[in-house]
Amino acid sequence: MEQIPILKMGDYLLVTIQVDMHDRLALTLQDDLTEKIAKTRARGVLIDISSLEIVDSFIGRMLGNIAAMARVLDAETIVVGMRPAVAITLVELGLSLPGVRTALNVEKGMSLLQGAGAEQENVNGLGER
Amino acid sequence: MDSNGKSRIPEMIARNESELLANWLREQLAATTLRGDLMKESELREQSRQFLNMVVRAASQQPGLDNISAPAWEEAREFLAGISRSRAHQGFSPSETATFVFSLKQPLFSLLRKELEGDPRKLADEMWVATALLDKLGLFTTEAYQKGREEVIVRQQQELLELSTPVVVLWEGVLALPLIGTLDSARTQVVMESLLQKIVETGAGIAIIDITGVPTVDTLVAQHLLKTVSAARLMGADCIISGIRPQIAQTIVHLGVNLTDVITKSSLADAFAVALRRSRMEITRAVNHG
Repeated sequence: MEQIPILKMGDYLLVTIQVDMHDRLALTLQDDLTEKIAKTRARGVLIDISSLEIVDSFIGRMLGNIAAMARVLDAETIVVGMRPAVAITLVELGLSLPGVRTALNVEKGMSLLQGAGAEQENVNGLGER
Repeated sequence: MDSNGKSRIPEMIARNESELLANWLREQLAATTLRGDLMKESELREQSRQFLNMVVRAASQQPGLDNISAPAWEEAREFLAGISRSRAHQGFSPSETATFVFSLKQPLFSLLRKELEGDPRKLADEMWVATALLDKLGLFTTEAYQKGREEVIVRQQQELLELSTPVVVLWEGVLALPLIGTLDSARTQVVMESLLQKIVETGAGIAIIDITGVPTVDTLVAQHLLKTVSAARLMGADCIISGIRPQIAQTIVHLGVNLTDVITKSSLADAFAVALRRSRMEITRAVNHG
């Protein structure tokens, strides 16, 4: 069965979507990802969709759902590398993914995650020197 | 028409082609709508000769003079459309263009009268056939003229669209999009596409949309702006809207448009300052070492 690999990098999980998403695959990813977040106690999830060319309302909603679920499991989700055409399509579909953070590429997404992580540590009093 | 109802006009024209052409040209050159400044007489002569030739050829085939959309008239139609289009581009008015066909009426009627002198009934029938034919050709000319003009307008619109949406790089990672003129759906689409494309190319994290040059902001324009902002955000870039004039601020509030999720600034300079702060940069006055 087709599966999207979920890579663990330190405290973060990296998901690179390199095939066209169909509904079943999206649901599988949702299951796998939530399970993995719980198991690894990841603090952040980076979803790279730079190879994704086609989106529909289902995939759009699924991205929003994954972000919401990850937040419940105390992990921040950042969607990176969205193509212009995909962004326009989602906006036209009325899905502006309000709860999801975005970044232009993996590098920026990672620094955003690390920044957010550092802030949280400060809040918890762990990051103080 | 003869006994089997067929018009004799094609045969008459073919027999008297050169005389008809001469009369027609005289008619055209005498017409008040002649534009000697836009077109040389020799060109007009050549066009008239060719067209009459095509009419003779088309009229002699099936189904004759009744139906100018038939394949037999294809050549004549294309020729006429070409003339109309080129005249539309040259700046002829519609009536000046249509005169080309309508001025053929008088010479053709004279010809009919001379040929059918002894037979009033047939003359009336043939007159009707000729009028119907020339009217159809005339209308066709006008339509082709109109189409030519519309092509010009569409091309100009496209050029304007491309000219009116520049995306400029203000600073490393900061883009500016000065909008000038009314925003409609088509333009928003172009604006959005060029902005997103530029974000990908430059890797910019902040885009400033300046609407100083947008005359009015109604709900539709506001919605278009918000769409652009959302799309940029999905790509990972923040948007700042600047250049909101006092009247526009009032309109936005009166219309109940929700701009609370977007950073708005009154001038491009303010927006730029915010953008610099966001990207953790600052501008300082140079210390004079001299």
